[in-house]
Amino acid sequence: MKTLKVLSILFISALVFTSCSDDDTPVLVNEEEVITTLTATLTPASGGSAITLQTQDLDGDGPNAPVTTVTGGPFVTNTVYNASLVLLNETESPAESINEEIEEEDEEHQFFYQVSNNLATFAYADADADGNPVGLSFTVTTSATTGTGSLTIILRHEPNKSASGVSDGDITNAGGETDIEAVFPITVQ
Amino acid sequence: MKHFIIIIACCLVNVVYSQTCNSSLVGYIEDFHDGSPIIGATIYIETLDKYTTSDLNGNFTIQNICDGSLVIVVSHLACDTKRLEVKIQGVTTIEINLEHHVEELHEIKIEGKTNLKLTKTSQETILKTETLERYSAYNLGDALKQVTGVSSINTGNTIVKPVINGLHSSRVLVITNGVRLQDQEWGIEHAPNIDLNTAGSISVIKGANALAFGGDAIGGVIVLKPSTISLKDSLYGKTLISGQTNGRGYSFSTSLSKTWQEGWYVNGQTTLKRFGDFEAPNYNLTNTGLNSKGFSFNSGFKGFEKGFNVFYSYLSNEIAILRSSHIGNVEDLVNAINTQQPLIIEDFSYDINAPKQDVTHQILKADFYKRFKNFGRLELQYDFQNNQRFEYDIRVGNDRDTPALDLTLKTHTLRSSLKLDSNYKITYEFGVNVGYQNNFANPDTGVRRLIPDYDRYDVGVFAISNLKLNEKTNLDFGLRYDFNRIDAKKFYRKSRWEERGYDEDFADIIIDDLGTQLLTNPILNYHNVSASAGIAHQFNDEHSFIFNYGLSNRAPNPSELFSDGLHHSAARIELGDLRIEQETSNRIAATYQFKNKNFNINVESFLNHIADYIFIVPTGTEQTIRGAFPVWDYKQTNALLFGLDITAQYDFSSHWFINNKSSFIKGRDLDIKDALIDIPSFKTVNIIGYNNEKWLDFNAELQSELVLEQNDFPDNNFEAFIPRTGEFVLVDISTPPPTYHLLHLQSDITLKLSLKTDLNIGLSITNILNTSYREYLNRLRYFADDLGRNFMLQLKLNY
Repeated sequence: MKTLKVLSILFISALVFTSCSDDDTPVLVNEEEVITTLTATLTPASGGSAITLQTQDLDGDGPNAPVTTVTGGPFVTNTVYNASLVLLNETESPAESINEEIEEEDEEHQFFYQVSNNLATFAYADADADGNPVGLSFTVTTSATTGTGSLTIILRHEPNKSASGVSDGDITNAGGETDIEAVFPITVQ
Repeated sequence: MKHFIIIIACCLVNVVYSQTCNSSLVGYIEDFHDGSPIIGATIYIETLDKYTTSDLNGNFTIQNICDGSLVIVVSHLACDTKRLEVKIQGVTTIEINLEHHVEELHEIKIEGKTNLKLTKTSQETILKTETLERYSAYNLGDALKQVTGVSSINTGNTIVKPVINGLHSSRVLVITNGVRLQDQEWGIEHAPNIDLNTAGSISVIKGANALAFGGDAIGGVIVLKPSTISLKDSLYGKTLISGQTNGRGYSFSTSLSKTWQEGWYVNGQTTLKRFGDFEAPNYNLTNTGLNSKGFSFNSGFKGFEKGFNVFYSYLSNEIAILRSSHIGNVEDLVNAINTQQPLIIEDFSYDINAPKQDVTHQILKADFYKRFKNFGRLELQYDFQNNQRFEYDIRVGNDRDTPALDLTLKTHTLRSSLKLDSNYKITYEFGVNVGYQNNFANPDTGVRRLIPDYDRYDVGVFAISNLKLNEKTNLDFGLRYDFNRIDAKKFYRKSRWEERGYDEDFADIIIDDLGTQLLTNPILNYHNVSASAGIAHQFNDEHSFIFNYGLSNRAPNPSELFSDGLHHSAARIELGDLRIEQETSNRIAATYQFKNKNFNINVESFLNHIADYIFIVPTGTEQTIRGAFPVWDYKQTNALLFGLDITAQYDFSSHWFINNKSSFIKGRDLDIKDALIDIPSFKTVNIIGYNNEKWLDFNAELQSELVLEQNDFPDNNFEAFIPRTGEFVLVDISTPPPTYHLLHLQSDITLKLSLKTDLNIGLSITNILNTSYREYLNRLRYFADDLGRNFMLQLKLNY
C-alpha cells in the first residue's frame, strides 16, 4: 500500500509540475536568417540613371512566389555598369541587413552572375581575406549584342572557392548550398 | 554447502534439546491461482531435518513437535520453493499457497533460459540475448533486421528506424521495460532512442494483435525486456567491448547485477559508443560520426505475491548527418543526384559538425504488482519520459551554433492492469491507461516551428482474453478503445493559411492576428476502436498454424497534422493537413510452422488493408528566393499491403547448418492504382554455419544478403527549371537503386577463464567484398554510397 501511495504522489506531483508552466501563449518566431529581398543597383560608370533589379519574397518558404521587378533601363550596349547588392530580411521590423552577415563571413559566401545570349560579362569588385571574390559589388559590361535575355544572380553558402574556375565566377565546380537564386529579364539596346 | 551447515547445526540443536513434545502442525497446500490442492509437495522441516509430503487433498501433518518456531521448506515440481517460519502452539494449522503454473508468471519471473512469447496467436519472433549482444555496437533497427519481414528506413547508417511489414514510425510501437516509448517517433529521421544493451530479449510482434500495448500498432510492436532475474544470492556482470575499422570507433557496455534470494535485486548498466566518419568503399562519408552515452538503473523486489520495480534510463546521442546531404534547392539536389558521389569529401575526422542531431531521452518508471488468491494479478505503473531534441542546420552568423530545432517532449503515463488467471484454461486481462503529453518548441531557435507547442491527452481501456481450448488449441480475443485529444497552439503564415484553404474551414480557431502570421488553437479529438482475434493450433509435433485478425485505428501524429516547413536534407517543403482523420487497418495473417529434428520452416503471410492511409506525396513546386522546391503534402488514400516472410533452417549434422530468411512484400495505392512509396524490396539472406563445441565452442557463419531492385515504385519525378543552364531537367527522385549482393562473416570462440568467468571473442566482417551499393530505404541514397567493408572485434566477458 505504501508503494501505491508513493506512486500516486509521484504522479500527481509530476502532473502539477508540468501543467503550471505551459499554459501560456507561445512566442512568435520571426525567421532570423531568411533573406526576403535582394536589390541589385547597376549604375553606368560614365554616369547616368541606375537600373534596379529586385526580387522580394516576403513570406520566405511560404507559398507565395517571389516578386521580381526591373526598374530603369534598358541596358545600353558596350557600357560598364558598377553594381552593388543589398540583402534584407524584411520579416523583421525594421528590416535587417544581411550584407553585414555576409561581409563578416565572406570566405564562406560567393555570388555568381550569369547572363543569357552573351549580352554581357561580369567581373568581381571585392574580395575576402584570402583574396577570393565575394560579389557584393561587381561590374557588368554589356557587349555589342542587342536583344533580350535573363540575368541570374546566385548566392552559394560554403562554396569551394579554390575549385577550378570558381574565383573567375564559374559556378560549375563551386558546390555549396544555394541561398539565393534570382532570375531577371533584361533588355540591351 | 550452506544448507549442509544448517542441517548439521539443526541436528546439533536437536541432540542438545531433545525432549518429548506434544504439539503438532496441520497444513494444507493449495495452488495460489485456483485454490486447487497440491498433491505430493515435499515439506522439509528444516529445524528438525525431517521430511513429509502432502496427500491427495493437499494436507500434511507433523506430529510430536515442541512449541516455538519451526522453519519449513515447501517444494513441488513446477512450483517456486517456499521457505517459511511457523509459530507452533499446541495444534497449529497453516495454509500454504504455491505458485503452480510457471508459464503464467509475470515477465520478470521468466525462468531459466527459456524466452517465453508474449502472445500465443500472433506472428511473434524473439531475439535472444546472444543475438542482441552481437549487435551491441549497432542500433536497435540493425538488430531487428534479423527478424524476417523487418527492414529499416535509414538516414545514413546511424539513424535507423525499424520497418515491420512495410510500415514504420508511428505505426510501430516500441515498448521498453513496460514503457511505451514517446520520443517523437513520427519523423523518418528520428530513430528510436533506445540503447540495445539495456535489453535482455526483444519480441517483435507483427500487426496490432497485442492490444495491451496500444491500439494503433498498425505495423507492429517491438517489446524490449530487461534480462531475467533469478532469485538467488548472487553478484554477476557482463562487459562487452568492441572495436571496428569502419568509423574507427569503439563500443563499450557493461552491467552489474546483485540479487538476493528474498527477492530484492539491483542492476546498473552503462554504454558508451564513439565513432568518427564512416567510409563507403570509395570515399569518406564526411560528418557521419556518432557519440552516444547511456546508463540505466533497475531495482526492485520480486516477490511471489507482490513486488515492485523502479527503472531509470538516460541516453544521449549526438549524431552527425552526412555533410553533403544538406542542400539549398532543387538545383543542388539535381547536382547531388547527377554527381554520383558526395560533393564534400574530407579527410577522416571524429568531429561532429552541423548538420547534426543531439537527442537526450530519459525514462523514469515505477511499477507495483500484487497477486490475489484465487483471483489474479493487479499491476499499477507510472512512467515519465523526457525527450529533448536539438537539430543543428548549417547556419550563418550569430545563429551558427544555435539549433534550428529545439523540442522538448514530456510524457506522463499511468496505467493499470488486472489479469484474472485463476483458471488456467481461460484468462482475462483488463487494463486502463491515461496519458498526458506536452510538446514545447523553443522559439529561441530563430526558425519557425516545424512542430507546434501542444498538449495531448490519451485515455485507453482494453480487455483481452486467452482461451485454452485444449492442449493444442489457443484462442485470443481483444477489444480496445482509445481517445486522443490534441490541443495545439500554432502559428501559420497568412499566405499558407489561405493557400491551404483554412481561412474557409478553420476561421474559428484563430486566436490572434499578428500581421503576417496568425496564431491558431486547433483542438482535435479522435476516437479509436481496435479489436483482435486469433487462433493457434498444433496438429502434431511437426505441424502447427496460427491465424489472426486485427482491426486498428491510428490517429494522425503531430507531423502529419502540423508539418510546415523546409526540409534541408530532401530539398522539399513538407506540409501537414489539419483535416487528416485517423487511418483504419484491417489485417489478416496466417502462419504455418513445420518442425522436425533437422529441419524447420516458418511461413508467415499477411494482408493489410489500410483505409485512409496517411502518406506524403509530391504535389507541385513552390518558388522561393532560394529557388524552386518540390512541395510534399500529407494525404490520405486507401492502401493494401501484402507479403510473405519465410524462415527455414536445415541442420546437416551436429556441426553444419544452412539457413534462409526471405521476405517479399507489395504495397498498393488502391485509389490511383499505383505502387506505394518506400516499400522494401525483395530480400533473401542465406547463411551457412558451422559450430563445434570441442574447439572452444567455435561458431562461424557466412552470410549472403541479396536485395533486389524495387521495380514497383510510384514515379514522383518532376521537371525543374535550372536558371544556371536555362534548361528544364528531370529530377529523378524516384528510381530505386539497383540490386546488390553483400557477403558477411561472423565467428566467435568462448574461453573459460574461471568457474564463473567466460570470455567470448568474436570477429566479424561485414561487406567482405567492399561492394558499393545504395539502399532504396536510405534517405541519403541520393548523396552517397552505403558503408564499405568493416572488421569488428568484440570481447564479451561474463562474470
